[in-house]
Amino acid sequence: MDGWSELDNLLRTDPRDVGCAEALEMLHVYAELSAAGGPVEQRYPGIAAHLRACGPCGQDFEGLLAAVRRGSK
Amino acid sequence: MSPADSRGARGQGAAAVLDPESAEWVQMLTGTGSRREVALVRLHEMLVRIALGEVRRRGPQLRIAGPELDDLAYQAAGDALIAITGKIGQFRGESLFTTWAYKFVILNVSAKIGRHFWRNPTVPLAAEEWDRLPDRFGFDPAREAEWRDLLAALQRVVNEQLTPRQRRVFVAIVLNDVPLDTLVIELASNRNAIYKTLFDARRKLRAALVTNGYLPDELSRR
Repeated sequence: MDGWSELDNLLRTDPRDVGCAEALEMLHVYAELSAAGGPVEQRYPGIAAHLRACGPCGQDFEGLLAAVRRGSK
Repeated sequence: MSPADSRGARGQGAAAVLDPESAEWVQMLTGTGSRREVALVRLHEMLVRIALGEVRRRGPQLRIAGPELDDLAYQAAGDALIAITGKIGQFRGESLFTTWAYKFVILNVSAKIGRHFWRNPTVPLAAEEWDRLPDRFGFDPAREAEWRDLLAALQRVVNEQLTPRQRRVFVAIVLNDVPLDTLVIELASNRNAIYKTLFDARRKLRAALVTNGYLPDELSRR
């Protein structure tokens, strides 16, 4: 990927993006469904869009997903 | 940004019937006496285990290690325990109780990491590191004349079209690589508000660069 694409990706916004507050409110539900292999992107497109764009919320999701997976073993 | 997606995997928005394990957690933690004490100890142990796992998962990206990192995990677990017991009445059974509880400790780890960087900044929060952008975006040195033109246009739009607040947030996060959670503390704000400010800045900057022919419009990308 060249610098133009990197910059374009940084600046590009998704109108479905629900923002941090709404994504974090539902993060436990989203992570549990994701850990179970459920269709999270289809069911929660606005949260999926947010987690792709927001570094901190994406990190929190990855951490919660890892915790759920560890906890289920 | 759009309103929230539809609610809960289990609860569909209303209070769901709790699974037996979650019901037992709620019953013990809202009870009294030795059963509650036992449940609090068990919950704290679980939160510490999750917090330690999380700081180790994030460790390679952080400039924190060893006892300091473990201390951060214990603090996050302690704060999460207080938050969970205080908000247990808000647990609606949309997930397992443990998943809901894990969320508190993961978010507390994030907040503690943000606070750590606020206390130990690697760059002045108000600096403007425009020279970092070529490396950050991976521009090809062979096309330097082109990308210098693009970055000059970006800097012009940042200076002329963003509000002072948008400019400050964009400069801190994009130019200076300040973690968003650190900026939350610096500006006495919250993650949602800072993200929304950055979201609006990104949209405004992209629109200006597209209008001036520096980036492709939506249709040409498809």
